[in-house]
Amino acid sequence: MQNLIKNRALASDDGWRLIRSADDTFSVEEDVILPLDVYLERKDSQHAGKLAVWLAPEQDPAVLQAHLAELSLIAIDFPAFTDGRGYSHARLLRERYGYQGELRAIGDVLRDQLSYMAQVGFDAFVIRADRDAASALAGLADFSEQYQATVLQPVPLLKRRVSLIVA
Amino acid sequence: MYKYDEVDFRLVRERVEQFRSQTQRYLAGELAEEEFRPLRLMNGLYIQRHAPMLRVAIPYGHLSSLQMRKLAHIARTYDRDYAHFTTRQNIQFNWPELACVPDILAELADVEMHAIQTSGNCVRNTTTDAFAGVAADELIDGRAYCEIIRQWSTLHPEFAYLPRKFKIAVSGSADDRAATQVHDIGLHVVRNEAGEVGFRVLVGGGLGRTPIVGKVVREFLPPQHLLTYLDAVLRVYNRYGRRDNKYKARIKILVQAMTVEAFAAKVEDEWLNLKDGPSTLTEADVAYYAGFFTDPAYESLAANPAAFTDKLAEPAFARWVERNTRAHKRAGYRSVVLSLKKTGVPPGDISADQMDAVADMADRFGFGEIRSAHEQNLILPDVKESDLYEVWQLARQHGFATPNIGLLTDIICCPGGDFCDLANARSIPVAEAIQRKFDDLDYLFDLGDIDCNFSGCMNACGHHHIGNIGILGVDKNGQEWYQITLGGSQGNYTAIGKVIGPSFAQADVPAAFEKIMTLYVEQRQEGERFIETVRRIGLDPFKERVYAKSH
Repeated sequence: MQNLIKNRALASDDGWRLIRSADDTFSVEEDVILPLDVYLERKDSQHAGKLAVWLAPEQDPAVLQAHLAELSLIAIDFPAFTDGRGYSHARLLRERYGYQGELRAIGDVLRDQLSYMAQVGFDAFVIRADRDAASALAGLADFSEQYQATVLQPVPLLKRRVSLIVA
Repeated sequence: MYKYDEVDFRLVRERVEQFRSQTQRYLAGELAEEEFRPLRLMNGLYIQRHAPMLRVAIPYGHLSSLQMRKLAHIARTYDRDYAHFTTRQNIQFNWPELACVPDILAELADVEMHAIQTSGNCVRNTTTDAFAGVAADELIDGRAYCEIIRQWSTLHPEFAYLPRKFKIAVSGSADDRAATQVHDIGLHVVRNEAGEVGFRVLVGGGLGRTPIVGKVVREFLPPQHLLTYLDAVLRVYNRYGRRDNKYKARIKILVQAMTVEAFAAKVEDEWLNLKDGPSTLTEADVAYYAGFFTDPAYESLAANPAAFTDKLAEPAFARWVERNTRAHKRAGYRSVVLSLKKTGVPPGDISADQMDAVADMADRFGFGEIRSAHEQNLILPDVKESDLYEVWQLARQHGFATPNIGLLTDIICCPGGDFCDLANARSIPVAEAIQRKFDDLDYLFDLGDIDCNFSGCMNACGHHHIGNIGILGVDKNGQEWYQITLGGSQGNYTAIGKVIGPSFAQADVPAAFEKIMTLYVEQRQEGERFIETVRRIGLDPFKERVYAKSH
């Protein structure tokens, strides 16, 4: 079971299989999320299923710029929930490189981080296997507003506030 | 002062409910200790030697009398009738019950307060000059920008899980009273040659294990770009700061490793992508926030009214005025510093009754406003000179009138080994021993301005590196020892002090201080302050005197 939240709701398994290591095998029919180096090597080869990629925190999302049109899913890995690099990488993919496809958080993904993850552009979350996705879903509703300009709300609160007053 | 609107209240209350849920899940065993820890830290909650410790934010040191009374209420209801002001203008409670913390936070939210990001690896409380808005030497009142930064940093989704903690300080006066050079980001509000207001941006200062003075990454940042530039600095840090070793994780280490030039260039690259984006400030944006920091209803007064000057004939009052009040931008007013450095009371500690007394004094004499200073004292920013005598008498009655501001016994001090789990040594009893050694006010006055800073471990919460005389508690084979440094300073000439030699046993610290001060008095030239003498003659004479074998 994927333990998946997508578009702010529990989602049933969607068939994507996460390939963690270059040594893991998969068949040509499978929809797979590949490590970056495997993806770059395999993306032009014959594959009947769909190909996606996942990024580790130290990998620069800029390397995917040329391939964004081919990607319907990019996953960002959080090896520990306290490693915040993925938040910056999500924003870069969404805001700077204009990525429109699914952005999926994988790894140590827990209820208490979902609200922030959604704000920076994630729209799918694979909740850590030992936790219940249904209760994690509540985390998405932790905050109803944010001060900052984010992917979810590109106009910072101070602009909305001031323009409300000025208008 | 800034006033919360519906959204500010909503966000703070949502954070309270989020934390309530986190606490309940932790107590029910649904959140593991290592999962709860970063979450509670981001809400200011440490698990300490005896009990949890809750640190409450005082944004840029501004407090109303209403808020102060709430803090007194919390000290009485949930704690042991006192609290402690920190070196970053915050306040901490030492004895709350974990299960009560959500209720405390809910009470704080009612008076526009919170504990958001007072600890943890995130952007901490923004600090500034405690005299902002009233200081006679202020160039620009930076408080509107402080509030803009507070809101930008609060619950920032991208920067909640940084490599390490991140501290920002703002200074708007000629004399930097906010220790901006030892912050992760220091912002000096300045005017350029064209007369425009902007920021000089320093990055990578900090104390702790590796004390470093911040370096200028941008000489002049136009104010409209403040938030996009901060985003750029934080993003570079978030992406490239070290996460493999917590002692190498502060931004100062990244700046050092990259060189300041390369770091500045990287930030500039990032910023070019963010510049002029949606977070760019307009004049209307800044004016909206500045509107919360307008002057109170000052009266038009003449300076030095007889009701004030006549009383200066009383030496004790004159001495208090000299040390514990500061020039004000308006004639006939002064700012009063209430000393939390009375001998026998841990530096920065305040009782619930004292909190109420401060609130009453602020209401009666000072428009209901109070400031906390990073030196761990409180300030009534706007007191009429004609009221000073009465304020002094009340301050004496409540134990705030020790006339020692800026003197050797106005010790900046962390809670140390009596309370803190990190400490190597106790600080409070040693600070008290020093205060007792220098209890002769005439001698103390004669010694003049001396910053004495005391940390119980190398995390340097007591800012010992930038004390003119600093003390660091160290552990030697399970025993408490104390290292003395000389030559540190804060402000415009920030310098890191140097260790004078082997550390001292607790009982020997006051005597070492006495030798240092005796040598200073012997060596000083006319009008020369302690730090100036140290700079002129260097450390060697002090070392010789302190470590000389007695005959």
